[in-house]
Amino acid sequence: MMTNTGNRITQGQFSFLPDLTDAQITAQIKYALTNGWAVSVEYTDDPHPRNTYWEMYGNPMFDLKDPAGILLEINECRKTFPNHYIRVMAFNSLRGVESPAMSFIVNRPKDEPGFALTRQEGPGRQIHYTVTSYATAKPEGERYS
Amino acid sequence: MSEPTIDLRAIWNESGVQAVLDALDAELIGLAPVKKRIREIASLLVVDRVRRDMNLAAGAPSLHMSFTGNPGTGKTTVALRMADLLHKLGYSRTGHMVAVTRDDLVGQYIGHTAPKTKEVLKKAMGGVLFIDEAYYLYKPENERDYGQEAIEILLQVMENNRDDLVVILAGYKDRMETFFRSNPGMSSRIAHHIDFPDYKDDELLAIGALILKDWNYQLSPRAQKVFLDYIERRRTQPHFANARSVRNALDRARLRQAHRLLEGGVNVDKAALQTIEPEDILQSRVLAGVRAVPDTKAAS
Repeated sequence: MMTNTGNRITQGQFSFLPDLTDAQITAQIKYALTNGWAVSVEYTDDPHPRNTYWEMYGNPMFDLKDPAGILLEINECRKTFPNHYIRVMAFNSLRGVESPAMSFIVNRPKDEPGFALTRQEGPGRQIHYTVTSYATAKPEGERYS
Repeated sequence: MSEPTIDLRAIWNESGVQAVLDALDAELIGLAPVKKRIREIASLLVVDRVRRDMNLAAGAPSLHMSFTGNPGTGKTTVALRMADLLHKLGYSRTGHMVAVTRDDLVGQYIGHTAPKTKEVLKKAMGGVLFIDEAYYLYKPENERDYGQEAIEILLQVMENNRDDLVVILAGYKDRMETFFRSNPGMSSRIAHHIDFPDYKDDELLAIGALILKDWNYQLSPRAQKVFLDYIERRRTQPHFANARSVRNALDRARLRQAHRLLEGGVNVDKAALQTIEPEDILQSRVLAGVRAVPDTKAAS
């Protein structure tokens, strides 16, 4: 992973950029709210790229008019899980769409150890690849501490 | 070289506050002390903004308010205008108002209150949170009541997120006073206590006329006198709710007018469809026993 220094996981929007500041997060949430999307805060300590379903922090927030309420929730989540991955999701409930429209990471563990790549030899010299996070060796809640 | 001066009047005009205050004057009858107070708050905010531009820091002004007054005196309406005003002056980002009562804040079981209150607070952020009959939050007779929890969360947000939302508490005067006495923390965080006086009879008549105009109705000159009489009597009866009572009375008068027109004949003109006559009001329970309108009959 030479192109990704520091082993920062890259998923969702803006993940190749430096961490967003609160002002930048507020601006992004504002965009989501003006589009009428419901914003929620989610956290996890399993960084595997196929781990799509993270835990939701608090309740989903519908009918909000201003990003301040969501920033409040983000900061509370950061306080509770300072060493977890936290992301903000914006859900578009438009009929026929009904899926997340935005998703970006707003908090990362201080130290991200990255992934191990396991190659498994199959029949006919076929290779199966598996990525495993070095952090997930420990049980949930004790990783990254 | 002299110090640069700032045209306060120009900033006032530019902010669009005058339009809100004018609308307040035009659409709300009476309430002189309330209007005066709102004008003062608007002036303070304009001056505060100018001071901030000149780097004369004074700390963000506390904007939480309490509206006290009898039912139907226009507390909710004024709160709506206030949200608009704060938005125009840049003290509220969205200018929307979330109106809630105890039910929306207090949960039904342990652990239900905090998320519920927080959800409402988050919805109100960027705008105004209007808590009607706020004293119901505090029930001293039941020490296991969850209202206290809601008050504590409310206080915390009122203090920490002063830039994000303005809280307006509303309710009857005497009960609000008891509420503030038992919650000194709440009282000290509210800068503006505004008292809404009861309307006078002629003011209520003017309000009635305004409501009817909105509906494309009008009172005939004789009906006006009868209606004034109605207001006088209605005031002495229980559950009198100022403008709301007037509105309800007119609603019923409208009903009777429609009935009278249908019973009366087939041919009606536009004027008849628009006019409320004394008999539409006289049938009211409030005026039972008053059948004749002595001095007005002769005049017409």
